[in-house]
Amino acid sequence: MTSPHDHDEHDGDQPDGRRPDDDGQDGDADGGATPPLLELESVAKHYGSIRALEGVSLTVRAGEVTCVLGDNGAGKSTLIKIISGLHRHDAGYYRVDGEETTLSSPRSALDLGIATVYQDLAMIPLMPVWRNFFLGSEPTLGRGPLRRLDVRLMRSTTRERLLRMGIDLRDVDQPIGTLSGGERQSVAIARAVHFGARVLVLDEPTAALGVKQAGVVLRRVAAARDEGLGVVLVTHNPHHAHLVADRFVLLKRGTMAGAHAAGEITLDELTRQMAGGSELAELSHELRRTAPPGPDAHE
Amino acid sequence: MSAVAAAAAEDERLLPRSPLRRLIGRPELGSVLGALAVFLVFAIVADNFLRAGSLGTVLYAASTIGIMAVPVALLMIGGEFDLSAGVMVTSSALISSMVSYQFTANVWVGVVVSLAATLALGLFNGLMLTRTGLPSFIITLGTFLMLTGLNLGFTKLISGTVATKSIADMDGFPEARALFASQLDIGGFAVQVTVLWWIGLVALATWILLRTTAGNWIFAVGGGRDAARAVGVPVERTKIGLYLGVAFGAWISGQHLLFNYNVVQSGEGVGNELIYIAAAVIGGCLLTGGYGSAIGAAVGALIFGMTSKGIVFAQWDPNWFKFFLGAMLLLATLLNLWIRKRAEAAG
Repeated sequence: MTSPHDHDEHDGDQPDGRRPDDDGQDGDADGGATPPLLELESVAKHYGSIRALEGVSLTVRAGEVTCVLGDNGAGKSTLIKIISGLHRHDAGYYRVDGEETTLSSPRSALDLGIATVYQDLAMIPLMPVWRNFFLGSEPTLGRGPLRRLDVRLMRSTTRERLLRMGIDLRDVDQPIGTLSGGERQSVAIARAVHFGARVLVLDEPTAALGVKQAGVVLRRVAAARDEGLGVVLVTHNPHHAHLVADRFVLLKRGTMAGAHAAGEITLDELTRQMAGGSELAELSHELRRTAPPGPDAHE
Repeated sequence: MSAVAAAAAEDERLLPRSPLRRLIGRPELGSVLGALAVFLVFAIVADNFLRAGSLGTVLYAASTIGIMAVPVALLMIGGEFDLSAGVMVTSSALISSMVSYQFTANVWVGVVVSLAATLALGLFNGLMLTRTGLPSFIITLGTFLMLTGLNLGFTKLISGTVATKSIADMDGFPEARALFASQLDIGGFAVQVTVLWWIGLVALATWILLRTTAGNWIFAVGGGRDAARAVGVPVERTKIGLYLGVAFGAWISGQHLLFNYNVVQSGEGVGNELIYIAAAVIGGCLLTGGYGSAIGAAVGALIFGMTSKGIVFAQWDPNWFKFFLGAMLLLATLLNLWIRKRAEAAG
C-alpha cells in the first residue's frame, strides 16, 4: 500500500511508545519452531445450563490469518469474548506465546497485545478522526494542571498511520461518522496496530459492507498480516474468508465442525460445510416445492 | 488498485477547506449570530442600551446565568441533564448562611462547609446515575424536588420564616463579599466580580474540553457511552466529575446570592435549571450529548442577559421576557440545525 520509504520514516519516530513492538514481529512470521502467538485448545464455555462453546481449538501465528467461520448462533461471539478477555473460559487452555494464560479483563488482553475490533468499532461518530484514534490512550504533554493533549502528535500520527494503511484522509478533523464503513473499519484496524496489537481479532468486519467496501477492509486485513500481525477474522462469509485466510476454523452449534489449512479446502467445500451439507440440501428441496413465481405473480 | 484510485482522487481531496467552512463547523456559530441580532435590535430600539453602565448591567445578568450554564453545558456534552442545578444554587447559599449563623461567628466557615456540602450533592447525583443506570432526567428530577422541599422546610424550621437571617454583621463578611459579590473598577468600567468568575470558568471549561484528556472523555461519554467504555474511558468517573462541576458552579452562584443580598429566600432557584439548559442549547449543545462548547453556552447566557435587561431599557413590559426567551431558544436551535445540515452537505 505504501512505499518502503514511508515505512522507514514512521518506524523512526514510533509515537508515544506505549507498546512499540508491533514492527518487530516479522521475524516470527514464518518460524514454525516458535510457539504460536495465540493458541486455544479444547476451550469450553457454559452459561448456566447452556453450552455455548465446547472443545474449540484454534491457532494464530504471526503473519497469518485464521478465519473463524460459522452461522448465527455457532458460538462466534462467545469465542471472541473469550479471546478478548471479556469472558473467562470454563475448560481448556488459552496460551499466549506458548504460555498458559488466564485473562481477567479486556485490558489484560490488550496488555498481551491482543486487540479486538468489534462490529460497532467502538467509535464516537461526532468526534474527529484524530480524537477517536487515541480515545482512551491519549498522549499528553506537561504535568499537573498543565497536562494537556499532545494535539500535534495525535494529528500527525493519525494521518501517518492511516496513510500506511492506504487511506489518505483529506482532513483528520472531520467527524469519524462522515467516513465510509470500510474507512472506519480501517481506522479501527490502524488504531489497534498502532497501540501494539500482535493479535488482531476482527468481529465480522465485512458484515454490513458492500462488495467494494468489503474489498477495502480485506486489503487492510492483508496489510496488517503483512506487517507481521496474527489476525483472527471472524465471519459468516466464506467468500471473504477464502480470499485472505491461511487456516479455517468452522464452528457449528458451539462445537468445532472442522479445521483446515488454506490449501486443503476449496471455496465450494467450505461453503457446503459451513451451511451444513444436509441442511442446504433440505433447504433447496423445500424452496423448490414452492412454485417459482412468474414475473406477474403478484396481485 | 486503491493507490491508483487514491491518486486519481487526490486533486479533489486536496481542495483546501475555506475559512468560512471551518467557521460554519463551529458549534458556537448559531449563538454568535443570534447574539449579534439581539444586540442590534436593542441597540436600535433602546436608547440607553449602548451606554457603558447598561452594558455592565447586561454583563452582570449574563454572568449570573453563565456561571451555571458553563458546567451545565459540559454535563450536556457528556450526555446528561441536571434538573437540580437551579435549586442547588439556593441550597448552597442556604447552607452557607445557616451554618455561619447557627454555629459560628465567621462566614468563611459557612462558605467552606457549603462547598463540601454542595459537592456532596453533586456526588450524590453522579453516584445515583452511575450506580443505578437510571436516566439522569429522573434522578435529578428527584433531587430537584427533594432539594426544593429541604430548602423551604429547613429554613422555616430554623429561622421561622421563608428567608434566612442577615449575616452582614458577621466576621469575614466584607472579604467574602469582595470575593463573590463586589463591583470592580476595570479601566473606568464598573464590572461585577461575577463577570470575572464567569470568564474564568469559560476559559477553564474550554481548556478542559479541547485540550485535555478529560475533555476527550467528556465528548466520548456523551457521543457513545458503550464505545467509550470499550476503549478504556472511565465513563463513571467522567460523569461523576461533570456533576461535581455543576455543583462547583452552584456553590459560586450560591455564595454570590448570599453575599449580594445578605439574606437568602428559600424558594428561589426553581425554574433556573431550565434557563441554564436553554443557554447551553442556544450555544450549540446537542440535547443528546457529544457535541457543544463552553463558549457557546457563554454566548447563550449573554443572549439571556441582553434580552432581560434590553427589555427594561427599551421600556417594554418585562412580562414579555419569557416569551422572547422561548422564541429565541427555538430560533437559535433551528439556526443551529440549519447550519449543521449545510455544513454536513458541504462536507
